[in-house]
Amino acid sequence: MAINIKVNGATHSVPAEPDTPLLYVLRNDLGLNGAKFGCGLAQCGACTVLIDGKPARSCVTPIDTLGQSEVTTIEGLGTGERPHPLQAAFMTEQASQCGYCIAGMIMAAKALLDRNPQPSAAEVRQALVDNLCRCGTHNRIVRAVMRAAQTGGRI
Amino acid sequence: MNAISRRSFVAGLGGITLAFTLAPRRALAQQPARLPGSLDNNRLLDAWIRIGTDGNATVCTGKVELGQGIVTALAQIAAEELDLPLARVQMISGDTERTPNEGVTAGSQSIENSGIALRLAGAEVRAILLELAAKRLGADAAALKVADGVIAAPDGRKLSYAELAAAADLHREATAQARPKPASQHRIVGKPIARRDIPAKVMGGAAFVQDLRLPGMLHGRVVRPPGYGAKLAGFDQARIKAVRNGTLVGWIAEREMLQSRIARPLGDLAKPEEVEAGMARVAATMPGAGTLSVVRDGSFLGVIAEREEQAIKASLVLAESARWTAGPPLPDQAHIYDHLLALATEDKVVSEKQAALPDGVKVIEATYRKPYMAHAAIGPSCAVAQFSDGKMTVWTHSQGVFPLRGNLAMALKMPVENIRCIHAEGSGCYGHNAADDVALDAALLARAAGGRPVRVQWMRADEFLWEPFGAAMVMKARAALSPDGRIADWNYDVWSNTHSTRPSEPGGVNLLASWYLAEPQRPAPPRMQPQPNGGGDRNAVPLYDFPRQRITNHLIKDMPLRVSALRTLGAYANVFAMESFMDELALIANADPVAFRLAHLKDARARAVIEAVAKKGTWKPGERGNGSKGRGIGFAKYKNLATYVAVVADVEVDRASGRIAVPRVYAAVDAGQIINPDGLENQIEGGIVQSMSWTLKEEVKFDTNEISSRDWATYPILTLPEAPAVEIELIDRPDERSLGAGEAAQGPAVAAIANAVAAATGKRLRDLPLTPARVKAALAG
Repeated sequence: MAINIKVNGATHSVPAEPDTPLLYVLRNDLGLNGAKFGCGLAQCGACTVLIDGKPARSCVTPIDTLGQSEVTTIEGLGTGERPHPLQAAFMTEQASQCGYCIAGMIMAAKALLDRNPQPSAAEVRQALVDNLCRCGTHNRIVRAVMRAAQTGGRI
Repeated sequence: MNAISRRSFVAGLGGITLAFTLAPRRALAQQPARLPGSLDNNRLLDAWIRIGTDGNATVCTGKVELGQGIVTALAQIAAEELDLPLARVQMISGDTERTPNEGVTAGSQSIENSGIALRLAGAEVRAILLELAAKRLGADAAALKVADGVIAAPDGRKLSYAELAAAADLHREATAQARPKPASQHRIVGKPIARRDIPAKVMGGAAFVQDLRLPGMLHGRVVRPPGYGAKLAGFDQARIKAVRNGTLVGWIAEREMLQSRIARPLGDLAKPEEVEAGMARVAATMPGAGTLSVVRDGSFLGVIAEREEQAIKASLVLAESARWTAGPPLPDQAHIYDHLLALATEDKVVSEKQAALPDGVKVIEATYRKPYMAHAAIGPSCAVAQFSDGKMTVWTHSQGVFPLRGNLAMALKMPVENIRCIHAEGSGCYGHNAADDVALDAALLARAAGGRPVRVQWMRADEFLWEPFGAAMVMKARAALSPDGRIADWNYDVWSNTHSTRPSEPGGVNLLASWYLAEPQRPAPPRMQPQPNGGGDRNAVPLYDFPRQRITNHLIKDMPLRVSALRTLGAYANVFAMESFMDELALIANADPVAFRLAHLKDARARAVIEAVAKKGTWKPGERGNGSKGRGIGFAKYKNLATYVAVVADVEVDRASGRIAVPRVYAAVDAGQIINPDGLENQIEGGIVQSMSWTLKEEVKFDTNEISSRDWATYPILTLPEAPAVEIELIDRPDERSLGAGEAAQGPAVAAIANAVAAATGKRLRDLPLTPARVKAALAG
């Protein structure tokens, strides 16, 4: 069985069962690294992607629920030459230790900045409350999102 | 070139060809002079540094990136000594065929051991190149200048490292005689260089072993028993065929699987004819379905599939149909500390000072407790293994590729030389988690995969239920205060299981699956880890100058829950207990906590961090909490030999709910010469925030049947809105040795928070974590 899904602006036909969580299709069929398996339970946010601009947990999103929806992963934000302001800000702030949560953090932050381009630090923290970081990089992550907001995170 | 001792091969990743020898110290004919750091066990220069004919350096380290930024810091050290731009230093880390054996990346020792080796090797390689250049240029080596890999004579003639590389014999024993640069000449060391690993992590690059995709790679999952020591009685192969045939309807959430696992009674014995023996492999017969294999070896049960979600589904089905005989029950968590204290111990007095006890002393006692805590990586452990032509290659986020290789050899009954372990980053581990275990899982499945690589990632519940936890501990302190308010006697006893069941421990195999094989391995026996590093007694010996003291370590041998190294080992609990007790004594002595510490402390650098943090936080001597707000201080020199950290924490206790908020934390840090100030600050702040999470929230829950902390709902950690503002002062000491810092902040942070809660409320909490329920009980009492 093959299902068509739209990811980062392109349509892909993937040979997966309809109930397959989007996460495995992104990682294994499309070769995208950003979304990570963290819990499979929609608790940690490491697998966060945008579906029609809204943050979603790809680990519990079956591909047959996507229909014509547009999926955006961190690979769809910027390139090495032209990183998205959020990606640039995370590098400038060195907002990472192990970095396993970071792609999910950036995608959740992207959804926030699209909705609220000039959030307060408290709003950033609250928007990321369900994205877990274990290394204690909490404050750097918030600083990076604030920096991105200042440099035009909405693009 | 010695054909026996020198091996050539093409590197599996990156396409570089390298040839060199790793001559361990014991292989050399004479017992040579001791060399600093890891140079001592890896004595050949080219084991560390090679200069290519392009003039670039390839630098090898046995230490690995765990998200602590170590590879960047080591590159800074090497580039500095070699006088090469950072971009021309390529780093290779943690590969049993390519890098020095530096044991385990743990204990905040990488900067100290690998860093000093690279500093000295770099200085020596530079000196060799200079000497060569001097000969060719007919100049005095001392008159030559080096910049960016180009050596210039006073008359302007130049030779590059590229031109000298072929003639430079680095395949020789290091002497450690070349003098490294003085700090005043450092241009790369001491700078906040951006980490090498971060761009891939924010751009969606392949940054982790989880992201490794090899051609033809299969996916594996392991079905773990319902509890420690359970044995597999049987499973239903027909259900697995249904998965392959696509007749299994609907995605079974892991949560449902767990519920069914809980609901299934233990001890449900299968009929003998149902009990499969040895390794079973279900042939893939359906066209287009590809591989779907069940692998069984004793009570090890796993599945391999073409697609990851198929492997997960199959493992859930296997888990549902598997029948197990129960292992021994777990202790009752309500009485866990009594249970642990009743177990047999090996006791050792690790520090003792005798002095006469003055008259009129007041004796004070207190007991502190720390629960089992989980490493709880965000990304469950993962490995990729490939078995072909009799060779096993394992890509792993293990902290020690060489010890892992040794244990794999025993578990797989393979010669060690036929196994190669290559480090690839994983999610942060914070000590010995399941990284090594999943490497064996992958290797066991790879043996049944017909030469194809197999990627195994643990599920979330596997990670919580089967990782080796940080041990539960009991600390009893008793002190005598003299009439003048000084500590005249200090007695301290700590009870704990071991804090290392790593594969590096001798006398057994410390890999989970190996204990469940048809021919099971035995774990290595727990052993007392000597001071000053210590295990349960890490940081149990006070840095304070007490005239009389007795510190006793009680190693509990039986391990009712699986335990091993969690960041800081015993230091987190010991600093919590000792620094809490210091505050309790200060209160009785009617002394200010900062002044009381300084009155008992001669070490000038220790005093300096305490004074610095007091200043930074505008500590007001004698200030009392107001019932809900308060501040506290905590101090330690990690392991009494690494980084000095003092922390001041401000807390706000909500008396109605019992919830503790920590709005602000100050820290002062002396790590000797700072290699990368931004990296150091990141580690210290991360340590503080992680410690706050441990302190306020974390405790592994279990009942007599099973571990019940199995996901983020049952093992919550600190969220972004809960993190404190952190202000850090780094005290750089360019002329002092660089000190390990990755684990230095956790102890002082818990102590500062606990002392702040006591200052705020007037109630002392001695049991971790400081939960709302405990706070409310203390306030009511």
